[in-house]
Amino acid sequence: MSATVVDVVPLILIGGLTTAGVYLLLERNLTRMLLGLLLVGNAVNILILTVGGPSGNPPIRGRTTNGETATADPLAQGMILTAIVISMGIAAFVLALTYRSYRLSRAEEIANDPEDTRVSELSDKSAGAIDEDLVTHDPQRDTDAPDELDALPGHEGSR
Amino acid sequence: MNLSAVLTPLPVLIPTLAAAVTLFAGRTPRLQRSIAVAALSAVVAVCAVLVYLADRDGTIALHVGGWGQSVPGMGPLGITLVVDRLSSLMLLVSAIVLLAVVFYAIGQGIRDGDERQPVSIFLPTYLVLSAGVCTAFLAGDLFNLFVGFEVLLSASFVLLTIGASTDRVRAGIAYVMVSMVSSLIFLIGLAMIYAATGTLNMAELSVRLEDIPSGTRGAMFAVLMVAFGIKAAVFPLSTWLPDSYPTAPAPVTAVFAGLLTKVGVYAIIRAHSLLFPGGALDNVLMVAALVTMLVGIFGAIAQSDIKRLLSFTLVSHIGYMVFGIALGSELGMSGAIYYVAHHIVVQTTLFLVVGLIERQAGASTLQRLGGLAAASPLLALVFFIPALNLGGIPPFSGFIGKVALLEAGTQDASVLAWILVGGSVVTSLLTLYVMARVWTKAFWRARADAPEGNLADVSPSSLIDDSEVDIDHADRDDVGRMPVGMLVPTAALIAVGLALTVFAGPIFAFSERAAAEVVDRGQYVSAVLTP
Repeated sequence: MSATVVDVVPLILIGGLTTAGVYLLLERNLTRMLLGLLLVGNAVNILILTVGGPSGNPPIRGRTTNGETATADPLAQGMILTAIVISMGIAAFVLALTYRSYRLSRAEEIANDPEDTRVSELSDKSAGAIDEDLVTHDPQRDTDAPDELDALPGHEGSR
Repeated sequence: MNLSAVLTPLPVLIPTLAAAVTLFAGRTPRLQRSIAVAALSAVVAVCAVLVYLADRDGTIALHVGGWGQSVPGMGPLGITLVVDRLSSLMLLVSAIVLLAVVFYAIGQGIRDGDERQPVSIFLPTYLVLSAGVCTAFLAGDLFNLFVGFEVLLSASFVLLTIGASTDRVRAGIAYVMVSMVSSLIFLIGLAMIYAATGTLNMAELSVRLEDIPSGTRGAMFAVLMVAFGIKAAVFPLSTWLPDSYPTAPAPVTAVFAGLLTKVGVYAIIRAHSLLFPGGALDNVLMVAALVTMLVGIFGAIAQSDIKRLLSFTLVSHIGYMVFGIALGSELGMSGAIYYVAHHIVVQTTLFLVVGLIERQAGASTLQRLGGLAAASPLLALVFFIPALNLGGIPPFSGFIGKVALLEAGTQDASVLAWILVGGSVVTSLLTLYVMARVWTKAFWRARADAPEGNLADVSPSSLIDDSEVDIDHADRDDVGRMPVGMLVPTAALIAVGLALTVFAGPIFAFSERAAAEVVDRGQYVSAVLTP
């Protein structure tokens, strides 16, 4: 009976960590996003540890622990170690980016893509007129204007 | 000790070691460059031999460190590297692209005077990226695939934010977050598969997964597909790509566009055919492919920045590959494999051409471009060939790949497959429309007709300096000059693209053999599991 409790506790922990992590990841604040990433990462690490099976003897030949019959799975722990190292490196990188972002813009919130915003504003304009076609009239560039106008101020070099 | 066992780990080892050496050689740029070029050339040679060996001898499996099978009937103990026709082809095409782009980057760096700039980390990071890409293609177990992804992602984070300007930091943060989420989802998938089967070796998994109830299998497959779908930029998981790629320097964008999404596609192929055959999610993948194609290309129509426009066509054409994979037939798979090879080359070439356009005209947005065909006929030619190739005009490789996919779709003959055939044709036409739009605006009309034609960026986005100041077009002093060091690699990649057309017969026959091997699975499994 107690075995089931032991099985369920890590699962609840994983669920809680993931929930909190996803919540934080959806923020725009960089530090919170990083914390969210770390929480989800730890949740996944515990998940791997849980699926690796129950605890047991150390996986070294000839080494036993009192009262244990099975041997613990070393592969799951190896994978977690790899994942921890990777997420530590990435966390350091994200912190550096956050600091850089703060230095550049005095804000640690992630901004919208300006080009994206510009393109989405296009849809408000009249259909068919994509704005690299919209030329504001400039007499200097009006090649259809009669050549006689060239002499006038503002019309130089229309051809 | 046979030849293949010596060669198999080299595509990972050479770039890794070269990365370490170039890092120490940071103060002597010339030495750094020669090491990087020598290393990547060696990788190309090794991969070419691997293609030959894999085609002649069938699947090569290498148990690293000799940690092979210990108990009969069980999987190998250690890391397994596997080269079959598919992975060897991917390795060769990637190695060629990596080599061409490193020449281009060096050409650009010399042009921009990077000896005075602290970009000594560019080449080491680039080599780490190469090692990561090769690891992912060689991986014989899922965790090694994960590590390969992480290596290439970490390197790509550094490359994308190189110089750390405002724009690149903004794009970089979004990219890092999305990539890490996809990696975590991949890790969840790994945990689920490990819980269900007790192994992560792909060959052993393909045997053991057959005993798992179909519902559990479907759940694991779906988790993996979400993870790989983000990496491959399959709609609706593709929105990160057009936001993050365009801000990077031209060679970085080019290599990302060519390779990183294709690693995701490769992972989808492996998961779909080796681990979870039977087509549990084929209909979902088909619909995703259709929407990816259409949404991507409609997005491209709305863009005026050429880099963003190309990023959207990149997303759109991922749909073709997913279409071929989802058909599940040998013909569909061989079409997809050929299309991946074609698309790696053509998409990289086009991004490199945009780098040249930036040099030539001082801008990459259609609002400022014009008159390029008259200003530089050579640049027009260099853009024209890959653009037609991407649009699928016969006789280029894009046409051959699309015809193969359409043929596979009609052979499948289900309603959904027919809808996808229609969607592919429409997408192909719209791609041509998008390319024609770039052509008429940037190359044909006079620069004076462009709304902002009088303006130019103060300097083209270089490796390190990414200033956003505008100056008068007439005031730029380096307009009209294309460095030879950048032009030659671009031309070389165009030649590779044309070679895919000229030698389409043998290459397509090879991709058919690769597809047969992938769909069959037997060779892969027996190569890994027999000691």
